[in-house]
Amino acid sequence: MASYILRRGLLALLVALVVSFGTFALFYFATDPAQTIAGEDAPPEMVEEIRQEYGFDRPVSVQYVAWLGGVFQGDFGESYFWKQPVGELIREHAGVTIILALSSLMVTILIALPLGIGAALKPNSWVDRFALSTAVSAQAIPNFWLGLMVIILLAVMFPIFPVSGDATWRHYVLPALVLGASSVPAVMRLTRTGLLEVLGADYIRTARAKGFMGYQLIFRQALRNALLPVVSVLAVQLGHKLGGSVVTESVFSMNGLGRLAVESIFNSDIPTVQSLILIFVLTFVLLTLAADLINAWLDPRIRMG
Amino acid sequence: MMTTDTVKNPRFVAESQTDGEQVDTGLGLSPAKAALKRARGHTGLKIGFGIILLMVFLALFAPWLAPHDPYVQNLPMRLLPPAWVDGGEWRYLLGTDHLGRDYLSRIIYGARISLAIGIGAATVGAIIGVTLGLLAGYFGGWLDQAVNFLVTCQLAIPSLLLIMALVFVIGQSITVVIFVIGATHWVFYLVVTRSATLRLREMDFVAAARSMGCSRFQVAVREVLPNLSNQIMVIFTLEVAIAILSEATLSFLGLGIPSPMPSWGLMIAEGKTSMFFQPWLVVLPGLALFMLVIAVNLLGDGVRDVTVTDRRS
Repeated sequence: MASYILRRGLLALLVALVVSFGTFALFYFATDPAQTIAGEDAPPEMVEEIRQEYGFDRPVSVQYVAWLGGVFQGDFGESYFWKQPVGELIREHAGVTIILALSSLMVTILIALPLGIGAALKPNSWVDRFALSTAVSAQAIPNFWLGLMVIILLAVMFPIFPVSGDATWRHYVLPALVLGASSVPAVMRLTRTGLLEVLGADYIRTARAKGFMGYQLIFRQALRNALLPVVSVLAVQLGHKLGGSVVTESVFSMNGLGRLAVESIFNSDIPTVQSLILIFVLTFVLLTLAADLINAWLDPRIRMG
Repeated sequence: MMTTDTVKNPRFVAESQTDGEQVDTGLGLSPAKAALKRARGHTGLKIGFGIILLMVFLALFAPWLAPHDPYVQNLPMRLLPPAWVDGGEWRYLLGTDHLGRDYLSRIIYGARISLAIGIGAATVGAIIGVTLGLLAGYFGGWLDQAVNFLVTCQLAIPSLLLIMALVFVIGQSITVVIFVIGATHWVFYLVVTRSATLRLREMDFVAAARSMGCSRFQVAVREVLPNLSNQIMVIFTLEVAIAILSEATLSFLGLGIPSPMPSWGLMIAEGKTSMFFQPWLVVLPGLALFMLVIAVNLLGDGVRDVTVTDRRS
């Protein structure tokens, strides 16, 4: 087990480093940070001076290592655009994104699991058809459009919830619904196929033959095994939500990390984009690692193999 | 050398016999004909195919079908509601936008953009993913490990942010959007191609081709690849849907198709500012997107059901 964790941990770290260097190099070769800081129509001498002062004339690998060294000491650098430490910016925006990601994950679980279980228990029934058509439609609705429709319906026509912002818990209801809905098809389908597969397995037939019946069988035996892959996919979805609620945050004007990332891209704010991508990738990699470890802990076949 | 048809599907036909429900197994027919026969009885596939035919028709004949030029502004006529609403005019069936451009014409022309991006990006992704998958599956070893690492990296990146950063850096145009979306959506192709290649590699007809003196490259392209066409086609349709949604999202956020092109996502972004008073500006392009994407998905699910009869998911 220890060597499994070590191997996966090293791989995770390597992935994070490669991706973060890739982003760094992309912006390094494609934009001129000195020009960004100086402004669009600054005189060339001033741009050159800034280039020297910030060390933008050094090779890309040197700059990357210097930046990474700072990150290990908790210093993400200084934002070109907002002129404040990136670490501070991230701390200010992280709360919104974390609350939104967790609450939308709850929404996904509360909708997808019951639907998936219901569909698997009675294949080809109306529950199954309803679940499948929900999945097909939810997959085809552009998420940003769903957000706008929900605003028109539940914030304007029937003003139950606020239109935008992130001040109170009421502001999080609609965004969490919209973001949560985007993960429903994947989680629902996986729950359904997983449970169907387990219900057809020999050991369930044995349990049935021994007299285990109904809910006891489903919840004690079958669901436990069927949910193994669902754990992984939920971790992946949470990772996407922590790093990718770009659209939802924009539609509902919430000051989270996704919106911060979009604005820093628009303003070529390399230190901020760079730090955010590193944090997103690390979060994602650590979450999937955690899911793998939970799965290995629950399922000895993975651990031993 | 064996032809693809005889090699292709003994497996699929054999399995479809056990599949049971509503399916005519088509015993005695060639796999292609059997699949076609099953397709005729598949409602979802027919609906999806119908909507797509309509959209392709709209896109191809847009200049003759659209009642107005989608770019011509007519400011006195701006923000007209659809014709059946009070204040609407029948000349402008679906109303006009904030610059007085005919909304119906823009939606018809928008089909061109969505279809071009969907098909273009899915093709780019297919080329990358299938090539890498064939390489990894057929040759294995360090190449396989390198490709696996690449997949792990690709999956860990928040793909929307990466796409936005790339488009921002390279510039906004249809070509850039196609290549950037394609270059970030190849993982499905790769995973399926790789595992299918691993399985096919061990089969007799591959050994036969090798013994007849075909090079590894010839075997990979001429023997293995044709046997993957069904699965690749299914993924292709799903990726078309994903690419269409990605483009709409990008354009909505302002980093996709540049104004004044009639991208549906961009139209929603432009209509957003006045959506509380003119909700149709946001509702209509969204409905068009929804219809197209659901049609592509229905088609994909249908093709999977009638060709790849492994297991429904």
